[in-house]
Amino acid sequence: MKVTVKLFAFFRESRFKLENRDLEKGTTVGNIVDVLGINREEIGVLMINSRHTTLETELSENDILAIFPVIGGG
Amino acid sequence: MANKIFRVNMSTLTTSIEDVPESWAGHGGRGLTSTIVAAEVEPTCHPLGPKNKLVIAPGLLSGTIAANSGRLSIGAKSPLTGTIKESNAGGTAAQILAKAGCKALIVEGLPEKDGWYSIALTPESITINEETELPGKGNFAVLETLADRLEGSPAILTIGQAGEMKMCSANVSIKDPDGNLRSSGRGGLGAVMGSKKIKFITIDPKDGKVEIAEPEKFKEANRVFAKALMDHPLTAGLGQYGTNVLVNVINEAGSLPTKNFTAGQFEGHEAISGETMHDIIVERGGKPRHNCHAGCVIQCSQIYNDAKGEKLTAGFEYESIWAMGADCCVDNLDQIAEADRIMDDIGIDTIETSVAFGVAMEAGVLEFGDGAGICRILQEEVTKGTGLGRIIGNGTGSVGRAYGVTRVPVVKNQAIPAYDPRSIKGMGITYATSTQGADHTMGYAVTANILGVGGNVDPMSKEGQIELSRNLQVATAAIDSTGMCLFIAFAALDDEKCLPALIDLLNARFGIALTGDDVVALGQSILKTERGFNLAAGFTAADDRLPDFFYTEPLPPHNVVFDFTDEEMATFWDF
Repeated sequence: MKVTVKLFAFFRESRFKLENRDLEKGTTVGNIVDVLGINREEIGVLMINSRHTTLETELSENDILAIFPVIGGG
Repeated sequence: MANKIFRVNMSTLTTSIEDVPESWAGHGGRGLTSTIVAAEVEPTCHPLGPKNKLVIAPGLLSGTIAANSGRLSIGAKSPLTGTIKESNAGGTAAQILAKAGCKALIVEGLPEKDGWYSIALTPESITINEETELPGKGNFAVLETLADRLEGSPAILTIGQAGEMKMCSANVSIKDPDGNLRSSGRGGLGAVMGSKKIKFITIDPKDGKVEIAEPEKFKEANRVFAKALMDHPLTAGLGQYGTNVLVNVINEAGSLPTKNFTAGQFEGHEAISGETMHDIIVERGGKPRHNCHAGCVIQCSQIYNDAKGEKLTAGFEYESIWAMGADCCVDNLDQIAEADRIMDDIGIDTIETSVAFGVAMEAGVLEFGDGAGICRILQEEVTKGTGLGRIIGNGTGSVGRAYGVTRVPVVKNQAIPAYDPRSIKGMGITYATSTQGADHTMGYAVTANILGVGGNVDPMSKEGQIELSRNLQVATAAIDSTGMCLFIAFAALDDEKCLPALIDLLNARFGIALTGDDVVALGQSILKTERGFNLAAGFTAADDRLPDFFYTEPLPPHNVVFDFTDEEMATFWDF
């Protein structure tokens, strides 16, 4: 299945901003985070299709996954 | 240095230095400005008339070595909202004012004759001086001229042309440690200073110092407190990308108000994002990290250079970039930075003014996306005080009324900032119930709604939002009294050592024994004092609402509306 992965802030360093990936069915958000070598403890916000999600969630065809470190401001 | 109240009467052109009344002694910052305004200003008075007072107070911990304690509170009745107002900002003034032994500076009355004045404060004196050179000049000219005229590095509070013309969006601008400006931007406090014909205020602390009751205990508490701030993972991102790190996450969440609040995502978000801004700053030899006041360990400010490597603006914030960017559909950071610099110079609120431009664009005054047009109107219309300039300078509501626009994003006539309340409902509660009009800093529900800080509350569900906003508004009122930057709240929400260390700092500073419950009670009482002023000024529960389009126009991409009833909203005040 095709999934778009978007990275933000310092998660982009030595990685990418946006990539389209072809994934096995049943792949979870956590699987992608681990493959990308992102430290789970550094994660602040995860969204699929602009809604919050968790590391355990299984991805679906055409999902857009966004991964942010802990950030804030205002 | 003994704490005193410094009072200036502009009607009689006299000054006095007074003892602090017992009932004000435990207050500082916002708690003190709101207490004084509530005690001394008639709630029904005209904000630009002789009965309003401008009250300036450092926080309870300002002037000490406590990390991030350099916020200055300025209060009055707001000419923009008609409510009580406190606006706080960094810069050098809070620490210097505290070192000068000033608990609060109260400016009252109006001069009878034309002409402009300045005020000079030292530990022993407060004087009013006639000023003929600087009226009509922008804030940067004030700083340059005073750098030559005055000895040492006094704190400077100044108004630009917007304040002189009593525009309802005018800032009081505060010099930072490097000669940049920080802004008490919200609510038109610069117009109150302008109404009193004061162009600038200087504060020279001489050799004044803040006395600490228990110095060793204070140092230890500060060590724990500063470590909690430094260790919070959010601190690193704020230093690297500034507050503008939020553009992409709020856009991704579908809550970045775009094209005058008609959409929740902006096509040009990447071009105006914190990530892009960081790369531009580094490439042009600017400073990605910069502190707006000495002792800040977060350093979310920055110096943004133009393409030639010359300084263009400093303190380039998410709210300003969102408002000129997404809300006005300008996807060019250099144009936004140019407009930011012009607004700092005129001394006008970047949130209010940019949201006003969004409404002006909907009215057809200029096209959406016309960043050059914004800069031109700021320089040729607002600075010169033409008809159009005054319509824009009087804020978002003013533009809506002048051009018959009905989609006008304001609460109590103050522009709604960078989080759409339809898809971040906790912010809708804060905007509607805040004692000061729409203001994100009053109760920053983005924490649990979007950022996963201090828990998680579904941003599109009504569940838990009123309680979240209430708890944050109470905590914020207390933090705003300490002189602490609100960004300590992220660590305070997540690190169990942070808040006790802050309370230890207060106790060691004054030799007292506050508990966590006392701090909550302080926050609650400040909110009730502020609300009491507003009710006496004529506000009712019917003013605690969002504009009706938020209830009727679904916001893409989630296609949701704001759906709290008036009855639900009124439960906010059940405490």
